[in-house]
Amino acid sequence: MEIKKILCFCGSGLGTSFVMEMNVKKVLEKMGITSVEVEHSTIDDVMPGAADLFICGADLLPNALKAGKAIGLENMVSIAELEAKLREVLG
Amino acid sequence: MWGVLNFIQQVLSTPAIFVGLIALLGLALQKKDPQTLVKGTIKTILGFIVLSSGAGVIQTAIIPFGELFQLAFGVQGVVPNNEAITSLGLNEYAVQTASIFALGMCANIVLARFSRLKYIFLTGHHALYMSCLIAIIFSIAGLSGPQLIIVGALLLGLVMSLFPALMQPTMRMITKDDSLALGHFGSCCYWLSAQVGKIFGRKEGIRTTEDVKFPKGLSFLRDNTISISIAMFICYIVVAGVAVFSKPAETAAILNEENWVLYSVIKAITFSAGIYIVLAGVRMLIAEIVPAFKGISEKLVPNAKPALDCPTVFPYAPNAVLIGFFSSFVGGILALFLLALLGQWGIGAAIILPGAVVHFFCGATAGVCGNATGGIKGCVLGAFIHGITVTFLSAALLPVLGSLGFANTTFSDADFTIVGIIFGNLAKMVNANIVTGLVIVLYLLPIAWNFTFARKHQTN
Repeated sequence: MEIKKILCFCGSGLGTSFVMEMNVKKVLEKMGITSVEVEHSTIDDVMPGAADLFICGADLLPNALKAGKAIGLENMVSIAELEAKLREVLG
Repeated sequence: MWGVLNFIQQVLSTPAIFVGLIALLGLALQKKDPQTLVKGTIKTILGFIVLSSGAGVIQTAIIPFGELFQLAFGVQGVVPNNEAITSLGLNEYAVQTASIFALGMCANIVLARFSRLKYIFLTGHHALYMSCLIAIIFSIAGLSGPQLIIVGALLLGLVMSLFPALMQPTMRMITKDDSLALGHFGSCCYWLSAQVGKIFGRKEGIRTTEDVKFPKGLSFLRDNTISISIAMFICYIVVAGVAVFSKPAETAAILNEENWVLYSVIKAITFSAGIYIVLAGVRMLIAEIVPAFKGISEKLVPNAKPALDCPTVFPYAPNAVLIGFFSSFVGGILALFLLALLGQWGIGAAIILPGAVVHFFCGATAGVCGNATGGIKGCVLGAFIHGITVTFLSAALLPVLGSLGFANTTFSDADFTIVGIIFGNLAKMVNANIVTGLVIVLYLLPIAWNFTFARKHQTN
């Protein structure tokens, strides 16, 4: 399935997910992908259909997998980890 | 001419428009295209209006709670929650808060550029809540106008740099790396938890939280709105229950003759709904401002560390997160009884209930910190002491909040309460100008140190 929308999320959807969103945008730009929409929100908004790919901290990955395809990050500021995992999914 | 000036003054004193203008300025500084300018400005104003309406929803749930608590136990009952108190504080101090917020971020960049405190505090919502706290305590102490905004901004910039620095040694132990800083205003108690953990020490082979099996089924509690609803329901049902059996007539009037159990369910979830709306509003409000802050700071201080929200440390010890939450919650309940006991002896006037969010996020983080220095014992004891400490700090903050001290909600996380207690009481005791001078000196100290002692030390 083609990924058109990515949702980064954390507990209250304010701090961590926001930083992840900014990093995802940075990585996508670097990969030359412009057609993907990136947003951030709270765990309440994580449900099937809300996005094509969910990104969160590794501790919340089980919650995310219930809603669809997901990536869990160990180090949330590591651009390298994010890029590697994104490349794996986006191909 | 007079009409124009009057109009400008009105624009600047309409909070929603004022925050929109700040976003517009931030976007213009980044040379964004006109579409983005319009979209970003409107979204920011929208965020502010959503936030204010959330405050209204919270009040419909928290005001009857306060009345029932008063009826049942004869004292003031307070549910500490940063979002709730900030949304109420903004009703009165919005322009001051927004100004302190914007200038405070500049003050943070200046400190990162010219001192050894190289941290950029990226947790926008916490910076916003801290701005609100500072605006409240300094306004009550009699500061106003440009003086209030400048002193407030310097203080905000200072704490945005100082608290991540305090946490950095612990962060290195948690992440085994030095690239990440913690930007979350609960630092003082995380630090305390890490020190408690050191009692047990992190020797080779010590049992950490990640070595034990912990029921995974509890992870649904990571859902914010669910845990707030449950905690609030427990508080409500106990209070309404005591009220309904001890003073049925008065209680029925508050409940509008509704069934007390049903009433508790609806009001508890209404409170959670209010928090949800406020969070959505805050998210929109800071959506344009934080990336601008990040972009500008990366240009001006490329070697600064980003200080991030507390869930960044959660993946390093997922079990410590849940154990920390429970330990801290138990500490909060114990502190509640201690406060009630002190109240019996005439010390202190309010009961602080265990707020779900503070134990949830800060308790969890305290658990991760305690675990990093002292394994599972450090996690349990550190988070437990965290839970007791934040409860007493919230109680001690109430008198400096003026009329907002009677709002049945208050700030919860340790750094808010500590900054509030120290500077609020100081500003009350001495005059406004002395506090101004003191804050300026404190702010300049790290910069002066960098250019004098630290430099000498380096050349030697």
